[in-house]
Amino acid sequence: MSEYQWPDPATRPLLGKPISRVDGPVKVSGRAKYTYDYNPDGLLAGKILRCPYAHARITSLDTSVAERMSGVKAVHVIQGPGIEVFWAGDEIVGVAAVDEPTAEDAIRAIRVQYEVLPHFVSDAEPPKNIALDTGPMSRDNFEDMEDNQVPDEQVIAAIQRNGISFKPDEKYLKAAQESGVDPKVVQALRTAKYAEATTSRSPYKKTAVQTQGEPDKAFASAAAVSEGIYGASCITHCCLETHGMASEWPTDEDMTVHISTQNLSGIAGQVAEPLGIPAGNIQVLEQYIGGGFGSKFSPDRWGMTTAHLSKKAGGKPVKIMLERDAEQEVAGMRPSTFARVKIAADKEGKLVAWESRSWGTGGMGGGGTPPLPYIFEIPNQRKQNIAIATNQGSARAWRAPNHPQAAVISMGAIEDLAARMNLDPVELITRNLELTGTRKKIYRDELPIAAELMEWKKNWHPRGDKSPGPVKRGLGLSLHTWGGRGHNSDCDFTLHPDGSVEIKMATQDLGTGCRTLITIVAADTLGIPMENIKLLIGDSRYPVSGASGGSTTSGGVTSSTRRAAVDARQQLFAKVAPALQAKPEELEAVNGFVRVKSDPGRSLSWKEACSKMGAMPLTVRGKNPDKSKPPDLTNSGVGGVQMADVSVDTETGIVRVNRMVAVQDCGLVVDVKTAESQVLGALIMGISYALYEEKILDPVTGRMLNPNMEFYRLAGIADIGELKVHMMTGKGYDERGVIGLAEPPVVSPGAAISNAVANAIGVRVPFLPLTPDRVLAALEQGGAHASL
Amino acid sequence: MQAFEYASPTRKEQVATLLGEHGAILAGGTDLLALMKDDVVTPRRLVNIKQIETLRGTSYQPGNGLRIGALTTIADLVEDANVRQNYPVLAEAANEAASPQIRNLATIGGNMCQRPRCWYFRNGLGLMPVTADGKSMVLEGDNRYSAILGNTGPAYFVSPSTIAPVLIAYGAKIRLYSPSAPGSGVRELPLENFFVIPKSQKDSEHDLRPGELVIELVVPPPSQNVKIGTYEVRQRAAFDWPLAQATAVLEMDGNTVKSARIVLGHVAPIPWLDIGGAQEIIGKSITPETAMASANASVALARPLSHNKYKITLTKVAVKRALLKAAVHNSGGAA
Repeated sequence: MSEYQWPDPATRPLLGKPISRVDGPVKVSGRAKYTYDYNPDGLLAGKILRCPYAHARITSLDTSVAERMSGVKAVHVIQGPGIEVFWAGDEIVGVAAVDEPTAEDAIRAIRVQYEVLPHFVSDAEPPKNIALDTGPMSRDNFEDMEDNQVPDEQVIAAIQRNGISFKPDEKYLKAAQESGVDPKVVQALRTAKYAEATTSRSPYKKTAVQTQGEPDKAFASAAAVSEGIYGASCITHCCLETHGMASEWPTDEDMTVHISTQNLSGIAGQVAEPLGIPAGNIQVLEQYIGGGFGSKFSPDRWGMTTAHLSKKAGGKPVKIMLERDAEQEVAGMRPSTFARVKIAADKEGKLVAWESRSWGTGGMGGGGTPPLPYIFEIPNQRKQNIAIATNQGSARAWRAPNHPQAAVISMGAIEDLAARMNLDPVELITRNLELTGTRKKIYRDELPIAAELMEWKKNWHPRGDKSPGPVKRGLGLSLHTWGGRGHNSDCDFTLHPDGSVEIKMATQDLGTGCRTLITIVAADTLGIPMENIKLLIGDSRYPVSGASGGSTTSGGVTSSTRRAAVDARQQLFAKVAPALQAKPEELEAVNGFVRVKSDPGRSLSWKEACSKMGAMPLTVRGKNPDKSKPPDLTNSGVGGVQMADVSVDTETGIVRVNRMVAVQDCGLVVDVKTAESQVLGALIMGISYALYEEKILDPVTGRMLNPNMEFYRLAGIADIGELKVHMMTGKGYDERGVIGLAEPPVVSPGAAISNAVANAIGVRVPFLPLTPDRVLAALEQGGAHASL
Repeated sequence: MQAFEYASPTRKEQVATLLGEHGAILAGGTDLLALMKDDVVTPRRLVNIKQIETLRGTSYQPGNGLRIGALTTIADLVEDANVRQNYPVLAEAANEAASPQIRNLATIGGNMCQRPRCWYFRNGLGLMPVTADGKSMVLEGDNRYSAILGNTGPAYFVSPSTIAPVLIAYGAKIRLYSPSAPGSGVRELPLENFFVIPKSQKDSEHDLRPGELVIELVVPPPSQNVKIGTYEVRQRAAFDWPLAQATAVLEMDGNTVKSARIVLGHVAPIPWLDIGGAQEIIGKSITPETAMASANASVALARPLSHNKYKITLTKVAVKRALLKAAVHNSGGAA
């Protein structure tokens, strides 16, 4: 066995145990400092003037009064006359002043005139007669597809079919590849045919029909066919700590940036390029973040504005944290996705055919294409998608991009089919696990555990709770998957002669337990207490580690830490071996001692052992991936099952979640406690988007009507119900290595809750969130979905 | 937030002068400060009334009923022994309002004077917003939370207080003070008359004259043989605004309703005195059938807008459930 391999259960004192997060105390005591808390002496308050119209052209701009105001230190025009603005809340001018009220006064003193243009904000079902979109793909279209994690083969097909309306140079292509775009996609861009952008103003972009197998034949010969309509409205990220950044210029050539980000190592490059200074001159700092969920990878326009304002103000620090309304309106949304679906099974209950016509919006760029059908590779398929461009801030990756929507659509269709066949959906799903490919064993393990925790057999009833009274109860389930392979990660791992250990890594802890996982792996490998480890993260001067997106952090940071810790241990053993009259390979580090494996009595305390290093500390570099130090310590492709138990008041349409069960795999669980916490958090977030969250755009003004936390509702403690989490561990899971957990558990709650509501009340409520008006409308229509 | 002057008088007689034309009264501040931060209102001076001791406290006398000083916080109301014993449904409604943090600061006077939650208003587009060509934004736009009663326009917002409908059901009066008013300077009116549906852009939703200050609420003693129930249809169990609310105060003659007062919340620009629903239940005993008939009568005059038809359904449920809760209620009186 390679020494880098994750240790087996007998020789891992910490790894895989339930351990409290290391930064818990500083967080609950309020000592943790967020970007919001960065308030150095002399800090200037930055504010942004935003466009009040959903679509407009700036005709004139006058900042002269603001510039002359006392206390105003800098004014920076972000978008000037002639520019067309495509959504309400877009940034026009930034101001820095001695305090917030002065900055606000200055904003009010700026005169902007707009030519107001027509806006379009509806993501209702597109008309039937939409022509196929054959126009070339713009750079925005392409980047939008990548942001939405559209499958590579679909992106390549679209590039080859439609051509592109931009000319990517080698620098662009290289940057694309470095940011994670698949080399095959990059190659498709390189060889794409160029075409002038079409001037069509239609908001609808219809993809070609994708067909696989023989859907018509399969539907015709199927034993059961179910048709329905499903989907989820646009929601926002609603980070509790809004987006924000502070910039300062200690010299004309050097910058320091504090930023609320998921991408500490990637920020300097993005900030440097537009400023024309070397990325190495920028230090980026962040210790704690109040939520990102996929919306915080870039410095954003407001962040860049702080850099410009600070420069103009002689280098003084300038900070902009978004107000809540701006956060809701422009700093991130999850695309809506809706679909009309037809699904069929044969008489054994095997899924045989799928047809979907989907649509949705992701802002001006259109929308993501949901991976339909989700989870089950149904042999015969026909699919078509229409992306709708709407005048609103563009979509950003929202925890498991496209998966929650795909789950609502697919699991809803499967549940409806099961009801039509008078089958328990657990049974129908179990009969089709072959269609889930490599994860079938995982689901086969998980389904009975989830059913047991939910007491499914006892509590499930056929569709429509027949008990008396207006409140009906029901159960529903959903399956999900995600990749989660560890990202690139480097760390410097230093052993000091006094026995202390220091790890440096330019990563970030999103509150998910990253610090805790790194510390566990280091302490476990060295056989010392976690308290002996000094972990330094959140500074771009440390070795580069990847962005926290796509559930890639846990696998990345634990793999690089493990390799570094093993190497450091080897180097220490080499120094200590003579003192123990042994060979280095005969030593082990256990329980605070370095000792001879065959003769544990021959030992040195950790501290004594380290003192044998001499006067100087030793540092090793850990990397992930590192083919020279096998095995691969991370992996990809998790499975999870969730079940929901709801009560629906059929007179008011109000849904309450009674219980939820989540059974989740993520390979080797490093810390059972933080893993369970992460799943609990996902369930809470999922209950919230299933029942409450909706980004509501006003057809009249084109503005978001609920850019607040009053009518943009989030679940409160009383709305959550009882939550049970079971992490898959042991044989079949541990040996897969560490896999990320951030996205998967948030995929299924919406689908499971929607299915539980259908089971309770006997009809499908098509769209999330399951608000009283929608539930009542579905009951009134008896599930006919005649009108929408 | 725009800069403002600040005054903190200790006597109510000083308030009107300090307010001037562009002042605003600051009590708990839970609504006012949020409106100021969003630039929805921009008073030039805040007159803090929290130093006016005479506006504090509650008192109860069996013959005269309950007096609630305007500065009484919602949390104080919840905890008040007299309120809990004699007006349990008022305590219940107060306890359901907002969040603990807000209840600890918000005052009953401020609760009566709070501004509507209409999202057009809160986004700075006005209480009765119109498009460039003069059409109502609410009618043209998203009115899912708008009024279904009293909505002949131009006002379509709903009255925000969840406590006012309960107080009105109990027959409360509101007392207002202005040094320029005749006599003692106190004007007293039935609480339902304090709320008005604005008919034009310059009208207010409160009958509050310039310089006038809410000083107290007076709730008559509960009569014997009274049954009371309230019901809020509310999406979240956590802090949320009701989609519909009904409070029923029923004077009983044995099992028969002798007189009834039903007040609806969050369905009209004012707390809505539901005459039709009350008429329907008088002379009957309360059963699911009579409660439903009363609920149907409650919304007989309702007019749905393009997105809020469901609120008619919810209002009926609120009335029916308030009546059925009243039916099992153990008398609202001290007896």
